[in-house]
Amino acid sequence: MDLQEILKQLGETFLDWKAIGEVIPKMFAVGLPNTIVLAVTSGVIGTVLGMVLALMGISRNPVARWIARIYTDVLRGLPPVLTILVIGLGFGPIIRQLSGSTSPYPLAVAALSLMSAAYIGEIFRSGIQSVDKGQLEATRALGFGYGPAMRLVVVPQGVRRVLPALVNQFIALIKESSLVFLLGLLASEREIFQIGKDAASTSGNLSPYVAAAIFYLALTIPLTHFVNWIDRRLRTGRPEKKEPDEAAAVVGKGAQA
Amino acid sequence: MSEFASGTLTAKNIHLSFGSNHVLRGIDLHVEKGTTASVIGPSGSGKSTLLRVMNRLIEPEQGDILLDGRSVLKDNPDELRRRIGMVFQQFNLFPHKTVVENVSLALRKLRGMSKEQAREDALAQLDLVGLKHKADARPANLSGGQQQRVAIARALAMKPEVMFFDEATSALDPELVKGVLALMTDLAKGGMTMVVVTHEMGFSRNVSDTVTFMDAGVVVETGSPEQLFTEPRTDRLKGFLSDVL
Repeated sequence: MDLQEILKQLGETFLDWKAIGEVIPKMFAVGLPNTIVLAVTSGVIGTVLGMVLALMGISRNPVARWIARIYTDVLRGLPPVLTILVIGLGFGPIIRQLSGSTSPYPLAVAALSLMSAAYIGEIFRSGIQSVDKGQLEATRALGFGYGPAMRLVVVPQGVRRVLPALVNQFIALIKESSLVFLLGLLASEREIFQIGKDAASTSGNLSPYVAAAIFYLALTIPLTHFVNWIDRRLRTGRPEKKEPDEAAAVVGKGAQA
Repeated sequence: MSEFASGTLTAKNIHLSFGSNHVLRGIDLHVEKGTTASVIGPSGSGKSTLLRVMNRLIEPEQGDILLDGRSVLKDNPDELRRRIGMVFQQFNLFPHKTVVENVSLALRKLRGMSKEQAREDALAQLDLVGLKHKADARPANLSGGQQQRVAIARALAMKPEVMFFDEATSALDPELVKGVLALMTDLAKGGMTMVVVTHEMGFSRNVSDTVTFMDAGVVVETGSPEQLFTEPRTDRLKGFLSDVL
């Protein structure tokens, strides 16, 4: 088999433009919205739960600390595939009995949320703990209780510092949302990966996966650059001019002496 | 005649330990209304801890704290701290808020003022420390001296009856110390009750009404500045003064 033949075969396998063209409308109509809905809802729920876990993790109550610790260790320590399968298949029948709904979609969101909460909790905790202790002390010295002091002063500063890590976690979530295909979603619930997978298995050609890859990259690459931008912005701050003021006065004094 | 609604602060027989480390061993301190008490002593003598116990950032293990003759240990500690302003060595301004927001935060959230009213009050307070023109700057864009003046304005905005200064000038560049000390002197002259933990012997000697020398968790000597600085009675104070003067 000569080189030209190999290239031709690879081209047909991955870059069958007809196959890609056929799958793209469905990706836009079904796959993309579903991926976004899965990632955004579980991102929001995961962020809220993560904040609760972070606050429990730094609480003075040892029971709260232990619960947060165990939750985080377990959910972070399991492969995402396993968590999604166990939650999706394990709780599926219960939800079906309770609500009559056969859609595994809510369970997919639940599994993704619970997983990301463990990571986001650790991100928030490290951010909050990195805030100088003097901030809490100064706020409490003004007469604020522990809760309001954390809410108004400490947590906002901690969160700001870990925004880049948080966005990275959202990127991971977009990618992990592909694993929900394991739960056998209804046709209208399928996300980017499964649309690609379905098309690939019917056509026997891998090009639909390439289409899926392009869709994922279109979501994740801008976010990556957004992270870099926040990171830079946080490091250098908003460009603001420092007025000479007292610094200049010192120079002046020196010059007079 | 005082510009401030100052109070009299008394600490009686305060004890505190961190584990096996007995940091405060029966401290007595009395600060008469409208006067300034400075607390001097070597590092680690418990001066800063004493301040934190007196506004109950740390609860004492033993002893009593009285404001205007009434024990405050049974009060809600958050409410006590609204009556005692505190200024820190590291300023501890809120970096994510503007200068005027630093001052107005407690007015809005604790005094329940409207946003406009709180801003107006905060601006007036900033004007008193000469920094109204920096109202919308971020603390990071201010010099250390300016930051500390904002921190003083933040504490004063709550109309405290007593002000605590915890080595308020120790983190400042030498040329910026003067402005902050001048402001503290104005407050003292204006009749604020102040407890000043300091390494500035000049301030302690010239501005304060009483001086208390602490070492290893006990009050070694207390009295007027003249007594302590010109006629120290103990070897420990003599040694300390010869080290710092």
